[in-house]
Amino acid sequence: MKPAPFVHHAPRTVDEAVSVLGEVGHDGKVLAGGQSLIPVLNMRLASPGHLVDINGVAGLGAVDITPEHVRVGALVRHAGLERHGGAAAALPLLRQAVRNVAHPAIRTRGTTVGSIAHADPAGEMPSVAVLTGATVEVVGPSGPREIPAADFFTGPLETTLAPDELVVAVRFGRLPAGTRTWFTESARRSGDYALAGVALVVTLDGDAVAAARASFVSVTPVPDVLDLTDLLAGRTVGDLPLDAVAEAVRAHVDPESDIHASADYRRMLAAELTRRALAACTTDHTEGAA
Amino acid sequence: MSEPATEQMLDITLRVNGVHRTAAAPARRLLSDFLRHDLGLTGTHVGCEHGVCGACTVLVDGEPARACLMFAVTAQPHDITTVEGIGNDPDALSPVQQAFTQCHALQCGFCTPGFVTTISAYLEDHPDPTPEEAREAISGNLCRCTGYQNIVKAVVRAAEIRRGEAT
Amino acid sequence: MSTRQFGERVQRREDPRLLTGNGRYVDDLGRGALHAAFVRSPHAHARITDIDIADAWELAGVEAIYTWEDLDGRVADPLPVLIPHPAMTHARTGHCLAKDAVNHVGEAVVMVVARDRYVAEDACARITVTYESLPAVVGVDRAREGAHLVHDDVPGNVAANLRQEVGDVDAALAAAPNTLTLELAIERSACMPMEGKGVYARWDADEGSLRLFSSTQTSTGVRAAVAAKLGMPLAKVEVVTPDVGGGFGVKIVHPWPEEVLVPWAARALGRDVKWTEDRREHFVSSAHERGQLQEVTVGFDDDGRLLALDVRFWHDNGAYTPYGIIVPIITATQLLGPYKPGAYRVEFWSLYTNTVIVTPYRGAGRPQGCYAMERTMDAIAAHLGLDRAEVRSRNFIQPDEMPYDQGLMFQDGRPLKYDSGDFPASLAKLKDLVGWDDFAAYRAQAEREGRRVGLGIGCYVEGTGVGPYEGGHVQVETSGRVNVATGLTTQGQGHQTILAQIVADELGVPIEDVHVTTGDTRRMAYAVGTFASRGAVMSGNAVALASRVVRAKALRIAAEALEVSADDLEISDGVISVKGAPGTSIDLKTVAVLSNPLRYAFDTSAQAATQFAGTFDPDKPPVADDDEPGLEGQDFYSPTQATFANGMHAAIVETDPVTAEIRILRYCVVHDCGVMVNPLIVEGQVHGGVAQGVGGALYERMVYDEGGQLLNASFMDFLIPYASEVPTVETDHLETPSPLNPLGIKGAGEAGTIPVSAVIASAIEDAEGLTIRSMPISPAELWELRRQHSPDPVTAQEGPR
Repeated sequence: MKPAPFVHHAPRTVDEAVSVLGEVGHDGKVLAGGQSLIPVLNMRLASPGHLVDINGVAGLGAVDITPEHVRVGALVRHAGLERHGGAAAALPLLRQAVRNVAHPAIRTRGTTVGSIAHADPAGEMPSVAVLTGATVEVVGPSGPREIPAADFFTGPLETTLAPDELVVAVRFGRLPAGTRTWFTESARRSGDYALAGVALVVTLDGDAVAAARASFVSVTPVPDVLDLTDLLAGRTVGDLPLDAVAEAVRAHVDPESDIHASADYRRMLAAELTRRALAACTTDHTEGAA
Repeated sequence: MSEPATEQMLDITLRVNGVHRTAAAPARRLLSDFLRHDLGLTGTHVGCEHGVCGACTVLVDGEPARACLMFAVTAQPHDITTVEGIGNDPDALSPVQQAFTQCHALQCGFCTPGFVTTISAYLEDHPDPTPEEAREAISGNLCRCTGYQNIVKAVVRAAEIRRGEAT
Repeated sequence: MSTRQFGERVQRREDPRLLTGNGRYVDDLGRGALHAAFVRSPHAHARITDIDIADAWELAGVEAIYTWEDLDGRVADPLPVLIPHPAMTHARTGHCLAKDAVNHVGEAVVMVVARDRYVAEDACARITVTYESLPAVVGVDRAREGAHLVHDDVPGNVAANLRQEVGDVDAALAAAPNTLTLELAIERSACMPMEGKGVYARWDADEGSLRLFSSTQTSTGVRAAVAAKLGMPLAKVEVVTPDVGGGFGVKIVHPWPEEVLVPWAARALGRDVKWTEDRREHFVSSAHERGQLQEVTVGFDDDGRLLALDVRFWHDNGAYTPYGIIVPIITATQLLGPYKPGAYRVEFWSLYTNTVIVTPYRGAGRPQGCYAMERTMDAIAAHLGLDRAEVRSRNFIQPDEMPYDQGLMFQDGRPLKYDSGDFPASLAKLKDLVGWDDFAAYRAQAEREGRRVGLGIGCYVEGTGVGPYEGGHVQVETSGRVNVATGLTTQGQGHQTILAQIVADELGVPIEDVHVTTGDTRRMAYAVGTFASRGAVMSGNAVALASRVVRAKALRIAAEALEVSADDLEISDGVISVKGAPGTSIDLKTVAVLSNPLRYAFDTSAQAATQFAGTFDPDKPPVADDDEPGLEGQDFYSPTQATFANGMHAAIVETDPVTAEIRILRYCVVHDCGVMVNPLIVEGQVHGGVAQGVGGALYERMVYDEGGQLLNASFMDFLIPYASEVPTVETDHLETPSPLNPLGIKGAGEAGTIPVSAVIASAIEDAEGLTIRSMPISPAELWELRRQHSPDPVTAQEGPR
């Protein structure tokens, strides 16, 4: 299990990286954290001729917080985001979710932006991106462009990103005051890809729900948002129609069977996790947004 | 075939266990192989080469990472610590290593270096873990021999030793 | 007095080295050696029509490429049938490299030797093998149908059919007031040591000799097999087992194709060659175990006492049978556990499938047997409305019935005769430990909290310490250092510690002076191997016997030197002194000097043994006719039969009423392996065994598709439990000495694994009130079982289907 040979490129700037990507086209892969890519290379399930190693590119390592966004640069490691007090205060969902990404040793190297660009339906962070209305910042040969997360994901492991484009950051949208968030997932073993997972945001107006949305892990082909506002708006905490929410989740998700669980099981699990998340989210006193 | 018949060799310099070491290797050389075969630091073990087992866990700037999921060339700007850097002298064991032998936390010893590095880093940030926290802390490393019970015990014991508490 | 070491929780001697990166596993050796890699079959069953290696030769760094056509002499012959058996009428083994056909995904077809493993894999990727695909036989059902054959000349895919019967089962069943039939299934898992296999060969062209390092459980077995294959004198082949990163059974198989090919290539190339198995190779080209379908018919009286047990099972042995039918024989015999079955008949069919070979994995057929028996016990209890522990208790062999002959032939060809054990006492301890009698109250409390819990139990007897023999060699150097050698290998069981404990006590020396070497044919040429929980029993007794030889010699020499009777001497802390007169003494190391008459002194202490140093009887030769120079001795331990350890486990599980997630809340073990040499190590063995058992019960399985592709050949999808999935194991011990050996010990290595699937099935059944007939079980499967069992309650929201 050793990777096939490749040409290693170590650009120092985004422009250099983009220029190399343009030259190597489909025969190139971006190496950031490498925690999804390198296993695939080691197993020779892929053998790109060129790796564009962006680890030395300047300016991609910052977490910036504005009133509207938490902007995460392409070289911010999951562990860095997890530790980042400002990010956790501005958008608690980030820490709630990123803690579920594999194991700490993987989070040390793996990047949050990389996991979004990878677009694995079993990834936690793509689901957070769509739920928070994130914007994917991309630089290509013709300069920067911005892609709403909702438009970014086109299928399992597929995005609208062109081979000569680099994701330089993702801006996660912050949530209105009074919003609570929750993230939960269930995996066979700790740190495994989830059988199903759910990210939830609930905005309260006093004791009543003003808005609620959910997105899912491992049970939809691309991360998308289930708007629960119609079901929940105006209902008071402690009197939420949990069964109706679970039913809405069952109707929304579209899981596949694999060797670990059937599609039916995953559907049930997504619904049950959502039910539990909603109950926990609305009774827990941790404020989900600031 | 598009691959070059002869692969380009790079001079790769790593700072390992506080010492700069250089060897020539191709860009695709995994950090695990570079440490083991190019630098002769065989304490880092390779159990799966897809990042799941944790036997190859080393510290990258003090944080645990899988050496099989990094290329040596990418590791150059970082400080790498292997089990040899935690303690290479059988007569002068580190607190974690002492705790492991006191608690019988290893059997075949193959996964052990990955646990030792992981736990050593963990205790830096969590000097007084409960057994439950200790169990969570080691839940990213596979061990096929011990059933983990004595490793959990060793984490707690190592914390005691670090704090200077007697048996 | 030396502190007695035997029975103490002595910290392991091997730890400091292993903890500091100073362990030496095969892949740590041989820097600069060439590396081998293999092209392996992507097909489960196919004919090879062409192999094109031209492109691979283009690569710089490729040193050799071999196909079966290139093999010569006996290297080209099929691999040996290691354990022939009269019932195995159709033994088949593979070749080192596939000849004409492949019979499982992963079978080696081409060997590449190159500068390093990277280049070797590059070359493999450039080799094109053309196959003509054949229908694959996957799973016991397909094999049993026999519509397609794995081997054309093996009708019905049956490698072996064996039947044993004690008493008249048909008559006893006909007369039984109650009968039940259970159809059971258990799936494949695998040893999965953290270190895969590995071989490193050093060919010495000047000497025409070979030194082979292998991650094996039998160095002498590998040596004999490799010498035979390579046509070399045994004297020119050395096999050294360095540190081994776990075995659990898979490394007892030998010679693996790579163990033959790597030294063969080293000789052919005149270069050191190494092969380190990677994880993917380990999944598809090592060995698996456990897969069986079973059918149990039991007759019992109204008190739950067994009257007759009629068992048939179908064992999936994979593509070849190099290790014979040891696994199903063990299932067939050890199934009986601590019980008297009444009349017993067992028949099995060992079947070929186009999958990886099946050879012993910790427990080696016992987990399946225990599962069959214990599922049956629970079924009897349920049928009669009796307490499950009580039903078991009523069927126990009683202590005063020991030794107890079950009337069957065991895996070593000898009678299945239990040497000792106190099953009622073990059960009493277990019930106490888990709180058996308080569980009803606990369950009621849990129910009030909306929680669903269950209690499970499982009992087993494990034949351990089978022969034929192991040896011990003990040598006292003039420095006082004690070198101990035994031929069996070690892969984490702490042999270097427990054998040192035994020798330290027997010889009267500090344990720090004792240094143990295992699995090195240079130090001990006669040995069998590490399997069947036999290390402590076999090598423990062997080194004890060897120590006694050395002790006797030391006392004799000391008696002469001190001019006293040997009977009046004792040894403690390495000093031989007159009992009651400690002032009259001689150091053991001085005795070592005296034991070897010298012409040449090499240091001042050695001068005592030179020819002008003292008085001697000029009429006697310096070394007596019946003596040998040196303070050393060797002995072998060879038992008439196996010892029989036993144990009983209980678990409390909780199942999520909605998601069917399964959590083990408590896991309790009462274990009796006779006298314990080192309880710290025994407990470690039990913990690790239970963890593997939990893996086998709830997480691990080999998932093949119908075409014979292994769908989960990675640690991502083959779910070895992490710490987060393994419960804390609570242990209690009973020490019923074995009357069979001088130390009274039985084996402990495999025990923890054996009953776990049975116990977890029992507990889930108890929690859920539905019958479990197939293991392992995942949450999704339990959820599905619930759905089949009652289409309504919790899943009602699912709506009509």
